[in-house]
Order: sequence, then C-alpha cells, then structure tokens
Amino acid sequence: MKEFDVIVVGAGPAGLTAGIYLARAKQRVLIVDQATVGGQVILTHAVANYPGLPETSGYQLVATMRKQAQDFGCTLLSNSPITDISFRGNVKSLVAKGETYQAKAVILAVGGDPRTLGLESETRLRGKGISYCATCDGDFFTGQEIVVIGGGNSALEEAVSLTTYASKVTVVHQFDNFQAYAHAVEEAEHNPKIHFIMESLVEEFTGDDFLTSVRIKSKKDGQVTEIPASGAFIFIGYVPKTKPFLDCVELNKSGEIMVDDGMATSVPGVFAAGDARKKRFRQITTAVSDGTIAALSAMEYMATAKPA
Amino acid sequence: MTLDTPIKHVTSAQELKELITRTKNVMVCCGRMGPMCLPVYDAMDELQKDGGYDHVEFRDMLFDDPESAYIRQLPECATFRGLPFTVYWKDGKVVKATSSIQTKEQVQGILDASFSNQG
Repeated sequence: MKEFDVIVVGAGPAGLTAGIYLARAKQRVLIVDQATVGGQVILTHAVANYPGLPETSGYQLVATMRKQAQDFGCTLLSNSPITDISFRGNVKSLVAKGETYQAKAVILAVGGDPRTLGLESETRLRGKGISYCATCDGDFFTGQEIVVIGGGNSALEEAVSLTTYASKVTVVHQFDNFQAYAHAVEEAEHNPKIHFIMESLVEEFTGDDFLTSVRIKSKKDGQVTEIPASGAFIFIGYVPKTKPFLDCVELNKSGEIMVDDGMATSVPGVFAAGDARKKRFRQITTAVSDGTIAALSAMEYMATAKPA
Repeated sequence: MTLDTPIKHVTSAQELKELITRTKNVMVCCGRMGPMCLPVYDAMDELQKDGGYDHVEFRDMLFDDPESAYIRQLPECATFRGLPFTVYWKDGKVVKATSSIQTKEQVQGILDASFSNQG
C-alpha cells in the first residue's frame, strides 16, 4: 500500500494542472491514468488560442505540462486502469495494477473518450478506413473521396483540414443545423471540396478488407443512400469516462460528474475537474481552470477535514 | 521528424530483416509522433519495463522513412489506413499485424497469444 496526500485520476490538462498546483504546495501527489498521459488534447493538431503560447500542438502542450508536474514532484502512473475504489471515510483508496493507493483527497479528472456510432462495421474497419484522427490518417486518403461524420467544431475544422488530401469530403450530420461556431461553418461552406448531407444517420460502413462506402439514411424521408468513400472520419463528441465511478459519486444522466463551484462532488474529499464534470464549455483553458480550482479546494478540505 | 521514444529504433530495412531473422519474437511499431501512435509506444515501453517479456524484442520505426517501406508494403498491411502499423514476427514470419491505436491490454493480449515465453 502506498500513501499520498492527493490522488488525481486522469492525466489530461485538468489532472496535470491539479497535480502541478498540489505538488508545488508540497503535497504528495499521484496522477494515475488508465491510458497514456495527455488526454484528448494530444489529438489536437494545432492549439492556437491557449493564452501566452504561440500556436503549438496538443502533444507539445501536454508534454510541457507533464514535465512541470514531474519537476514539482508528482508521481505519474500511466496505462493503469482503476480496478477497485473506496471513497468512504477520510481515507480514500484506489487499486491500480494490483497496488493499493491511499490519500486524504481524490480529484477525478478522467476526461472523455471519442464517441463512437456503435456499429459492428465501425469496429471491424477501424484503421482500415475508419478513423478518429485527421492529423494521423489524413494522408492515407490523398486524392480519394471521404466522409466526415458530425456537425460540431471538430467535425467541420477537420473536414477543412482533410481537403488538403482528399478529392472530395462529404460531411454527414444528423441535424438540420451545425453545432459548430459560425466561423468554422463558414470556412467549411466556402470550401469547394466539401459537400453536406444534413438530417441523415449512418446505417453501415461497407467493405470487406477496407472501407468502400458509407450507407446513410435520411431522417426526413427514410431514403437510403450509399456514398462511395475509402475513408470515414468520425467526430461526434465525447463520452465521459466515469463508468468506474458510477456508484461512488453523483453523476447526471449523461454520466457527467456533478460538482459545486469548488469542484466538490457529492462525496466529501472527492473533487472533479475537466471534461468529465457537468459543464457547458469544454476547452483546454476550462480544464486547466477546473484543475486549479479542484486542487485549491482539495487543499482547503485537507486543512479543515476532521479526523475519522 | 524523428521518433522521440524510449524504444530502440530500427533505422533501415536491412537492420529490420536481420532482426527478424536472428530473433525469435519481434514487435515493431511503425508510426509517427502522433496521438494514435504514442499510446502504443507507451505500452511497449511499460511492457518492457514491467518484465515478463524478455523473450520479445521491442522496436519502433519512423513511418515516413523510405526504409520503412518494408513494413508498409507487407501483404498483412495492405488494407491498413491508420497509424501506427504494428507488426509481430515469430521465427521470421508475420504472425499478427494491427492498424491504428491499441491499448496496453490489446498489445499484451497479442504478445501472450503470439509469443509464448517457452517458445
């Protein structure tokens, strides 16, 4: 069994920021993540609106945060899914990789996973035409026709970036309007390589060894259309990675962690930060803000908590 | 671009061929410093450090290096459209190849299924 003052679950911008604040305040901090350090931000090709930094990549930004956290003394544990949790009482405990970790406070900064359509063909053709990262896989589709699924900022911005490679990009969106900001919509609409199919749902990805077409169904008249495509990029949002904490803290119907202004959850000594908590705007800057608040609240809690 | 990972790098097709000829169990992740590749390098590094896989040689190779055409042109990778391309050789033969991101558990599952530490 290993003891810390605070355990931060999740090593994205929210978790790393919390770790930086806590470790700098001489707290013993463990940051544990079920996957690699960085969270969703490593998927971001260009970060242009993070104050104080010129344009950088998500990977570079998070690499700097990671170094800061480690330099201040945080212990980082990646690829370590949590297998057991106890938030009862003043001592919280978690089990990861067969080791028990205890702390006075816990910050849940677990982030989210890219939302999938849940189709069997989506899983089967992942890496064989289906992708969730335009930066990574865009150049496999040079001169080819592809489909982008989604209508938010990521979908439209990545659709534009994919026109660097693809001969034609068809954006398929389930609603009759976009959720993206106006400037993203305008840029996509003005790109001659981008075409739009609204109010339609993906029924199936077809192809044996690799993707050959995307079958969609109109929500208006039920008409089924087959779009020839060798690539399909899916950007339909994220789902919070809160399943392991279902019975531990209060979640809403969407699986988001409910918190107060101080990022405190329904359980004393347990705080939440970043994309996994209920919030309206999910940005790197808001994740960093959450992490800061959660860290300060956790320190306040530890200073005032009564012994068990 | 170079690969900034703690994994030993393969830098030529000749080196790769020699490795898979003289070594029983080899895993090579061919990618870039990108978000789908980093978790695989991370998993390989941890599996190396955890122990239990001393019978496997872990390597990475830069996808954009012309020398990595040896991997990109493998029949087992012909349908791949996602980075990284990860290939597993046993006794010089490809026993498994995957495209796109893999978790540590997935990598571990393939290693356990493909490379018994007795053989």
